Amino acid sequence: MKNGNVSIRVGTNRTGVGTSPLLTQAMLASVAEGLPSSPGNSGAVAAVRIDYARQAEPLGTMPPPATLKGVFKTAVEVLKGNKPSFFLDKVGERLAFERTGSRLYEAVISKFDAYGTWDGGPGRAELVAIWADEVSHFELLNQAMLRLGADPTAMTPSADLAAVASMGLLQVVTDPRTNLAQTLQAALIAELTDNDSWLTLTDLAASLGHDELAAEFQRAHRAEEMHLAAVRQWVTAHALAEAKRGDASP
Amino acid sequence: MTLDLRNEKGTPLDRQRFTWRELVSPPISKLDDDAFTRVRIILMNGIELGSNRTLHSMARINGPLRRELARVRRVEQHQATMVNWLLPADQSPLETTIAYEQVAIEVTASLALNEPDPYLAQNYRFGLLEDFDHLYRYSALLDRLTGKDANNILQSYTDVRPGRPTIVEHRHPDDDVRRPYDRRAAAPITKLNALTLVYGEQQTQDYYMNIGPLFADPLARQLYAEIASIEEQHVTQYESLLDPDETLLEKWLLNEACEVYNYYSCVAYETNPRIKAIWERFLDYELGQLRHVMGLMQQLEGRDPAELLPATLPEPIKYESHRDFVREVLRDEVDLRACGDEIVPLERDGRASIAYRDHMNSQGSPSETVAAGYRWAPGTEQSPEAPARSQKGMAAQ
Repeated sequence: MKNGNVSIRVGTNRTGVGTSPLLTQAMLASVAEGLPSSPGNSGAVAAVRIDYARQAEPLGTMPPPATLKGVFKTAVEVLKGNKPSFFLDKVGERLAFERTGSRLYEAVISKFDAYGTWDGGPGRAELVAIWADEVSHFELLNQAMLRLGADPTAMTPSADLAAVASMGLLQVVTDPRTNLAQTLQAALIAELTDNDSWLTLTDLAASLGHDELAAEFQRAHRAEEMHLAAVRQWVTAHALAEAKRGDASP
Repeated sequence: MTLDLRNEKGTPLDRQRFTWRELVSPPISKLDDDAFTRVRIILMNGIELGSNRTLHSMARINGPLRRELARVRRVEQHQATMVNWLLPADQSPLETTIAYEQVAIEVTASLALNEPDPYLAQNYRFGLLEDFDHLYRYSALLDRLTGKDANNILQSYTDVRPGRPTIVEHRHPDDDVRRPYDRRAAAPITKLNALTLVYGEQQTQDYYMNIGPLFADPLARQLYAEIASIEEQHVTQYESLLDPDETLLEKWLLNEACEVYNYYSCVAYETNPRIKAIWERFLDYELGQLRHVMGLMQQLEGRDPAELLPATLPEPIKYESHRDFVREVLRDEVDLRACGDEIVPLERDGRASIAYRDHMNSQGSPSETVAAGYRWAPGTEQSPEAPARSQKGMAAQ
């Protein structure tokens, strides 16, 4: 551990024009000579996006019911005027997110072991408890899929999308150069979206008459609310401490 | 530092070893390291992979040398890994693309300036203006897709402005094949320069072909498809400069000499001490590999490899901004075209290339679309100080 949880130091960052004023002056003079080869503006990009979007196929579909029970439940739901595949897609999304979430916290715990914590920061046991919750939520959703007659191993379209949306979070937490405080910033993003998503899933289950599932999802949501509150608190405590740190690093 | 290529022993091949931990060492800093450190890393990965590919091709047409080739290739593959894994994970594929084009511009400019054969030098300047335009198109993509400034990567060493527009770079394959140097008459530096460019461009093509499909945005996918096609043209152009009559061992020997020359250049310019130590280690490895191939040449062809090698290495590749040279070439040569194996004035552009290009561009030009009205400014075109601030993009829809 070289820097502990000190995230920011002043050094040799070379990315801005301010660090190379003479080169930049020459660059601006040269760039001024070069005119664009075609007229227009960034709106041209949108035209291509719209053209492709109008012809695009969806990411993929939901699998057919996995069991006879699934076929029966689907038929019942359809008769009730519901669209069971929508609910299953969302359950599948949460399942995948929680499964990835446990991996995310495994990486966060490694950062705790490598970098240590700070006043008002997490204890190892607290991080392990969140990790255990993520695992148990995955198991809960796995069971839910089976009870609904669906295949918990399938990647649903929303599960796929959520994984794409959170790709950067895993990059942040597994990069050896990021400390515990920085990885918790990524975990905060995950917890924020997880909270909203559990809330929606609970409402969906209740509105579709899956009362038992709705109660279980509500309990999971409460646990996630506690995760969010804890991570927020750790991140804030770190930000306040580092911003006022009186050490040599400006 | 001078090196006597014919007598340096380097690290013997059987002592060129690695551990997995060594292969994966800490990456450079995207934010703090000098842009030319990144440029060298990218080029040296290309040189190693290019050499590896050449040796694989040789193994496919030569039975007796297969074990010797396999031994050297294994080390090269590990060298490439150790070098390429120095790139950091926070550097996105598109940011790395910006750096690839910076490599193409600054390295090609340096080679064009020290190339004694005027025909090859002209070809290098010709290719340079095309890669220069790619940097402009990709910078527009980086800005308009991600809201990032290409100069965060370029560090003001390399200009972002149009070159020979990519839309007119598309040519019939016959117009990309050039005349080779003469193996008996060409200066050693001519051979080393040509190989360096072949390997640099080949890895660029491979990189774009691999990462193009990683993008969701359709225009980004189109732009990578378009520029990867030009890189195929560039590989064709540069590899056609190599004399096809060189024997297999001659090619292998030059290959090793090219690697020695490139690491030697990296050592001369590197500012990051940790990375410099890697260049020094690999310079010794390459000298060992060169020595090994010199022995094979003596043994199998009964030739003195000293006939082919310069006594001392030429001036190193200059890892510095070539702004003034590039501006001069832009001013004088941007309108040139290629027809057959000649670089010709605009009015002599070949009919086959014009027909090919017209068809390829007939359903739109990604490189023109992405940079419609684009002018680079510090902090992106959305910067309040940007002269042609393009905030009307969405409003225009």
